[in-house]
Amino acid sequence: MRTTTKTFTLLFALAIATVACSSGSLSDAETPETLNLIAHDSFASAAAETGAFDAFTEDTGIAVEIIAAGDAGTLVNQAVLTKDNPLADVLFGVDDTFLSRALDEGIFVPHESRHIGDVDVDLVDPTNRVTPIDFGDVCINYDKAWFANTKLQVPSTLADLRAHLYAMHFTVEHPATSSPGLAFMFATIDEFGEEGWLDYWADLKTAEVNVANDWDTAYYGNFVRYGGESSMVVSYASSPPAEVIFATEPTDVAPTGVIEAGCYRQVEYAAVLAGTNYPGAAGELVDYMLSIEFQELVPLTWFVFPANQKAALPQEFLDHTIIPEDPARFDAAYIAENRDRWIDEWIEVMEG
Amino acid sequence: MKQIRWGWVAVATVPTVFIGYFYAYPVARILALGLSELNFGASGVQARLFKVGWFTLWQASMSTVLTLLAAAPLTWAVSTYEFRGRRLATALVTVPFVLPTVVVGTAFLALGVGGSIWAILAAHVFFNVAVVVRTVSTLWSRIDPSLQEAAHILGAKEWQVFRRITLPLLRPAIAAASSIIFLFTFTSFGVVLVLGGFRFATLEVEIYRQAVTLFDLPLAAALAVVQLVGVSLALYLYSTYQERKTVSWTLQRGSNRRKPTGGAVWMVYAATVLTVGLLAVPLMVLVSRSFNGAFYRALLVTDPVVGTPAVAVRNSLLFATVAMGLAMIVGLMAAAIITRRKGQLSRWFDMVLMLPLGTSAVTIGFGFIVALDWPFDLRATLWLIPIAHALVAVPFVVRSTVPTLRAIPEDLRGAASTLGARPWQVWRHVDLPIVSRAALVGAAFAFVISLGEFGATSFIARPTTPTIPTMIFRLLSRPGETSFGTAMALSVVLAAMTAGIVMWIDRAQAGDIGRF
Repeated sequence: MRTTTKTFTLLFALAIATVACSSGSLSDAETPETLNLIAHDSFASAAAETGAFDAFTEDTGIAVEIIAAGDAGTLVNQAVLTKDNPLADVLFGVDDTFLSRALDEGIFVPHESRHIGDVDVDLVDPTNRVTPIDFGDVCINYDKAWFANTKLQVPSTLADLRAHLYAMHFTVEHPATSSPGLAFMFATIDEFGEEGWLDYWADLKTAEVNVANDWDTAYYGNFVRYGGESSMVVSYASSPPAEVIFATEPTDVAPTGVIEAGCYRQVEYAAVLAGTNYPGAAGELVDYMLSIEFQELVPLTWFVFPANQKAALPQEFLDHTIIPEDPARFDAAYIAENRDRWIDEWIEVMEG
Repeated sequence: MKQIRWGWVAVATVPTVFIGYFYAYPVARILALGLSELNFGASGVQARLFKVGWFTLWQASMSTVLTLLAAAPLTWAVSTYEFRGRRLATALVTVPFVLPTVVVGTAFLALGVGGSIWAILAAHVFFNVAVVVRTVSTLWSRIDPSLQEAAHILGAKEWQVFRRITLPLLRPAIAAASSIIFLFTFTSFGVVLVLGGFRFATLEVEIYRQAVTLFDLPLAAALAVVQLVGVSLALYLYSTYQERKTVSWTLQRGSNRRKPTGGAVWMVYAATVLTVGLLAVPLMVLVSRSFNGAFYRALLVTDPVVGTPAVAVRNSLLFATVAMGLAMIVGLMAAAIITRRKGQLSRWFDMVLMLPLGTSAVTIGFGFIVALDWPFDLRATLWLIPIAHALVAVPFVVRSTVPTLRAIPEDLRGAASTLGARPWQVWRHVDLPIVSRAALVGAAFAFVISLGEFGATSFIARPTTPTIPTMIFRLLSRPGETSFGTAMALSVVLAAMTAGIVMWIDRAQAGDIGRF
């Protein structure tokens, strides 16, 4: 008995020593105890609440500290302003609208994710400085009850909305202050071209389209579903599933629908920040975000679609929304070149 | 003599270091960074700047005047009379002050108010009535009634007494309230965007747009300088006015409210019901929406994505306590300096302390990011949240205490000194008992400011600890009836907490009276 106990003790001590040694060799300069991830508020809060990075910590022993940084624009600005002494190792949440600014400032180091092959090539940055994590389609949502009551046809093209009866019940967000507002403006430029898009907006204005400052105001202020007067509002393709999931009474029918015409695809990227001391571990974190494990959390946590095509979509997404066939999408350089002018022209037409 | 000086230096150090390190240094760093690359662009930009600058000034002045007018009847009623419901009315008007802009915005839109300059002005009045009622009534209720009685005996009519006696005595408090409302509305951001739209951009909106959306940091910095110059000018005018117009007189320790009689009963109730009733309309919208489902129960349930709303309540209470403590320490020390040291130093101090209220949230937020990694890396730590709240709250503590401190006759302190009291003993036994009530008003403001603050915090990089306003924002940024209803319920909880805390502090004041 005694010897057995002794042997056990010895083996146990050995085991501890081995673990201690191996973890000792892990905690060299390459592997930090903690990685900091900076992201816009909506990503950061949900990531912290859902423990979306717990699996990464379990696998690698590296804790992930999440820092919230305002909206996407604020986030990129903060990253640029702290270029010399960065707040984090990895940044998440830069989209095509702000990408050029970040790339021009050289705040990211290239990283080729091991899962990048599972992503639609259209979303991939060929220089690998940013890694696509999710995409969301900005689309017009309509209230099904309103259209049933008025017996009006749901419009099927952007041009249909020129009609007074539609436009007066349609709310868009302002492109200067709202990200879906900007995306929808891009969709109209894509549809009507540089020559025709301003005429389109002039027609919408004549037909009394409504402009809200931001998504919250448009959806919860103007949308007929929440007491407003608009039966159509610029929102996301993922909004109808959210209406089902967050309904007060359980339901299998979404109260709102998506109009497929005039959708614009927004892509969000993660990237390794140039000032990090741990580029290797930071790259691992980006890879984890593109792994199936994390990607399958994406729809129900952030209400966007996973970039990894192998990730399965939840039933609510399959039942209550569509992925538009051919959404508009501009590349970052094109946006950077024209955005300010477009917004000024839009303001000129709508508010001039 | 020398010893006395050192004492004052010590008292001055705390607010100086606080404002210097957490305000002046970050703002100077970010402005220097922006201005170093400044290069004025097209002439179209300048035309827009002029338009935006002019509109900002105009709407802030209008909002201030309208708020003073709207708050006058209720201020009169709660200062002069003791009546059933007085405390409740004073507490209720404070509620709008803390509600998140987007919540109030959707309520106004539901009432069909929106899309015009009048909607913006109405919302500014809605938010700021409390500042007038609370700041002015503290002083008004304690005017020695013998002054007014003397005027009556000499044949003055009621309104003549008001014009010749009461109003001049109230000037410092009215000016103090006006300066705060002016700064608040001068830097208005959310209200303007939600209710007016981009057409009515203020300097604050333009700074955000240039810095965050258009990446024109130099132009944003130039705009921030324009904003700071405007704010400093307004503050300079204010402090000159205060120094010239303040008269010392003997304040009563307790209040002199009397029971209304005859026609006054009706006027008091009309003033109260009308003001509180009007302010309550948007609040009723929130309340009715919050009862459209089992949303109050949802506050206690952990949502996998946004977390437990009730946890945000605990976090907010913690932050608000720390912020209030910081604001009281810094604010009271500053107020002591401002009132006891005459001349340039005092005036300079007074102005600098007020500046954070008139500085854009973007400037402060980005300033923190570029500056606060030295000597310790405070960026992205939890401390920044109560510190940012305290920066905004200090002016309220200073503003609610300085008028009272100024009104203490110098010979009262002189007498104490002659009897051998050291300066801090004079402060402890003369100033503090008289100012404690006003200080509590300041503390209440500091606390509720922290509860409701959202602007500055959203530009700071920080841990994901949710506060009540950020939780409301989380809920409102996703679709669905439950999200919306829970956000409304949490807003009502915030409103109820505010009213409760304010009433509790008022009661503490009343208890104080009993002690004397």
